[in-house]
Amino acid sequence: MVEDVIEKKTVKVIKVDVDKCIGCRACELVCSAFHAEPKYSSTNPAKARIRLIMDEFNDIYIPLYAGEYTDAECNGRNVYTIDGKTYDECTFCRASCPSRDFFKDPDSGLPLKCDMCLDDPPLEEPLCVQACRCDALTYEEVEQEEEKEESPDEMETGLQSLVKKHGTKKVMESLARISKEAD
Amino acid sequence: MRYAETGYNLEIDLTRKNIEKVATDPRDTELYLGGLGTSAKVLWDRVTPEIKPFSEENLLIFSAGLLCGTPAVGCNRTIVSTISPQTELMAYSMMGGFFAPELKYAGYDKVIIRGKSKKLVYLWIHNDKVEIRDASHLKGKGTVETAELIKKEINDPKAHVAAIGLAGENKVYYASVEQGRSSASRGGIGAVMGDKGLKAIVVRGKKDINIARPGEYIELCDEVLNYIKFREENPIQGVPPILAGLGSPQEMKIHDEKWHTENFTWGNARERRKDFWTEEVAAKWSESMDKVQTRLLSCYNCPMQCGASINVPGISTYMMKCYSKLTYTMAAFSDLDFGFKIVQRATEYGVDGFTTPQVMAFALELYEAGILTDKDMPGMPSDSEGRFYWLLDKIVNREGIGDILANGTYWAAKKIGNGAQAYAHNNIKKHEQLPLKLGMLHPLYFVMYCTGEKMNITQIEGNFPQSPFATQEDKEAFVKDWFQVPDDKFKQYLLDWEMRGEKSIPNYPTPQMTSEIVDWQERMHYIDDSLGMCAGLSSFPLKPPYHMHNYPKFISAATGMDMDEDKLTQAARRNRTLIRAFNIRRGMSRKDEKPPEDHWRKRFPELEKELLDTYYAFRGWNEDGVPTKEYLHELDMDYVSQDLEQRGLLK
Ligand code: SF4
Ligand code: SF4
Ligand code: SF4
Repeated sequence: MVEDVIEKKTVKVIKVDVDKCIGCRACELVCSAFHAEPKYSSTNPAKARIRLIMDEFNDIYIPLYAGEYTDAECNGRNVYTIDGKTYDECTFCRASCPSRDFFKDPDSGLPLKCDMCLDDPPLEEPLCVQACRCDALTYEEVEQEEEKEESPDEMETGLQSLVKKHGTKKVMESLARISKEAD
Repeated sequence: MRYAETGYNLEIDLTRKNIEKVATDPRDTELYLGGLGTSAKVLWDRVTPEIKPFSEENLLIFSAGLLCGTPAVGCNRTIVSTISPQTELMAYSMMGGFFAPELKYAGYDKVIIRGKSKKLVYLWIHNDKVEIRDASHLKGKGTVETAELIKKEINDPKAHVAAIGLAGENKVYYASVEQGRSSASRGGIGAVMGDKGLKAIVVRGKKDINIARPGEYIELCDEVLNYIKFREENPIQGVPPILAGLGSPQEMKIHDEKWHTENFTWGNARERRKDFWTEEVAAKWSESMDKVQTRLLSCYNCPMQCGASINVPGISTYMMKCYSKLTYTMAAFSDLDFGFKIVQRATEYGVDGFTTPQVMAFALELYEAGILTDKDMPGMPSDSEGRFYWLLDKIVNREGIGDILANGTYWAAKKIGNGAQAYAHNNIKKHEQLPLKLGMLHPLYFVMYCTGEKMNITQIEGNFPQSPFATQEDKEAFVKDWFQVPDDKFKQYLLDWEMRGEKSIPNYPTPQMTSEIVDWQERMHYIDDSLGMCAGLSSFPLKPPYHMHNYPKFISAATGMDMDEDKLTQAARRNRTLIRAFNIRRGMSRKDEKPPEDHWRKRFPELEKELLDTYYAFRGWNEDGVPTKEYLHELDMDYVSQDLEQRGLLK
């Protein structure tokens, strides 16, 4: 049996202070630009890995980061009431999930997940934090002891979601065809 | 591939319920940039002078600017243009917020609307899916209420809605189009939208906007952000707080209203209260502000926070921007508590925050003068605030006297007669102006007021200080890092400008200098309106982050077009001239180019003539204010001179 490995790890933390948010959506814009191919060559907030949940007349401004991909929607639903207005639980959920089009690439349908602006060389601060000029988003690095856990990379997550949607066979066929065309 | 722009317009015919996506000509982008410029071209080509504001053939154009949707900070303006019912000339008004970038992400640069729908409808633009939908259930609903209802109906909280309220539906000549925290208010654009039977345009987009040279572009954007930060830390010295910073202007953040309340006039733009701002007032007004503001807000991709959500107990939340906080307050000789309350109702109705309070104060003056009587005002309350609410309701519903007042002071005075015209004293080209009454004629402002095609001084003035600095040290400190000037000579003009004596107003700046300064300020505004840039970061404040030197780089990097300062100047002048020609074709002429009669107490007819003559000549216009054939040729606009010649407007 393999022991869990305990490792010291630097954890990147983005702190969100919703009271400071001014609703400018600069975070969405810049995130989409950073992840464009080539970098900054296009913008499209629908492709951002952060999404401002904005309900202006109830003073709700919540920047939400794209979390894990989930292949099945939740069984239950909760309802939140804030200042007398009710919100579906999904409103504040971070998952890229089959039941809605949040955090999915609008062109390919592939799930999007915040990668903390992974870059080489690494950025000093994630781009959304840099774009947020009123400190609603701030960045910190903290040391933490952690159990090592393998997490699928972005491509794998994407493939998993495709497999779930279309079945292994179809995905394999498409892959074979695409790679042939590419050759 | 098209860069920065989408390369498509959406053509909507409301009579035939026809929807078309039309590719645009990239050459038009080179000549007119986009936004206001390309809209003016469409209006020139398709709206001939016979077409009236409420004709089926009148177009209503919602346009994003060339750089909207790109990472350029504060570039989020929607430019709405049509024929104004009030002036019968081209109306164009800009709104901030989120609409323009969203439209670009949906894949369109403009929505061009023609025809009329018999039933009230709204337009739902969702990428390639565009629908004309029934809006009969939204009839009479407020602008904020409408937006919320539509978002629920289409089940997309991220859609953006530009809507009219009851004022637009009833074709009030100064009805606005409201969009969240912003509005396109001037010129009665909302009335044209109402006449077309269009309650709202709703947009949601999920497509890419492409940048030609991304690395270069993002660097330019970073420079702008850094300079904004620098300017926040280094406000301009020697000017009132409202002029010291950037933004459009920062009415929600700034509590010190000495400058506005003592320099601008109260009531029907007549009374100046030079000792109004006492410590007591300051304390009370600060308290009023703090009590109702729940959050400061920005437009898309901008850190400036010029807007705020306002929560007055007992009435529903709304968002306020800029100066409307003071216009109702001052017109009614009231206080901020009243101002914050009535603006909520005015926003739901969708009316212009400049013209509306002025019309109401005008009506009350007529009443006090006995020109309007109790017969005209049945049931009007006796207190000033009550009267303002009463009048607002009458106007928006076009009930009784409200039906006449709904056309603005110029048309109302004409209709009422009996000496009423003397009370409609604050108009230029039939349009209500800022409530200002000053002493000595100011050459810059004289030219801008007379010739400004935008009818609104805040959209013409800008980068050059309004008045000279008091001391030589202040002047030198100001020009030291004034790199925004298009030419160093402007620094000298400012250094030499004195409060008193030979080199003071009205004779200095000289007519030639005046023309050059006005040209610079206008150029910046016309560029902003074509790019979709907020004036608050560019043409309006002193020392802005966008200017003649970095704009060509922005445009080149974003679009891939080859742009330099000369070409950009040429494009701005082309747009300015095209709009002038459009209005000339609709009957505007030199005789219309005058400020409100009592705007300045001291007037100088000879100097004024010289100022206009010099400016016209500098502009390439003849002495009637019509662009000359040679100048039009220089600007690649022979098609304009041909048309003007055919109509006998140019010989
Ligand atoms: S950290 Fe980077 S990837 Fe994550 S939301 Fe912010 S900008 Fe996007
Ligand atoms: S950039 Fe900051 S202030 Fe702007 S929407 Fe994002 S979190 Fe809010
Ligand atoms: S400066 Fe103010 S008005 Fe202009 S875009 Fe920014 S927040 Fe909006």
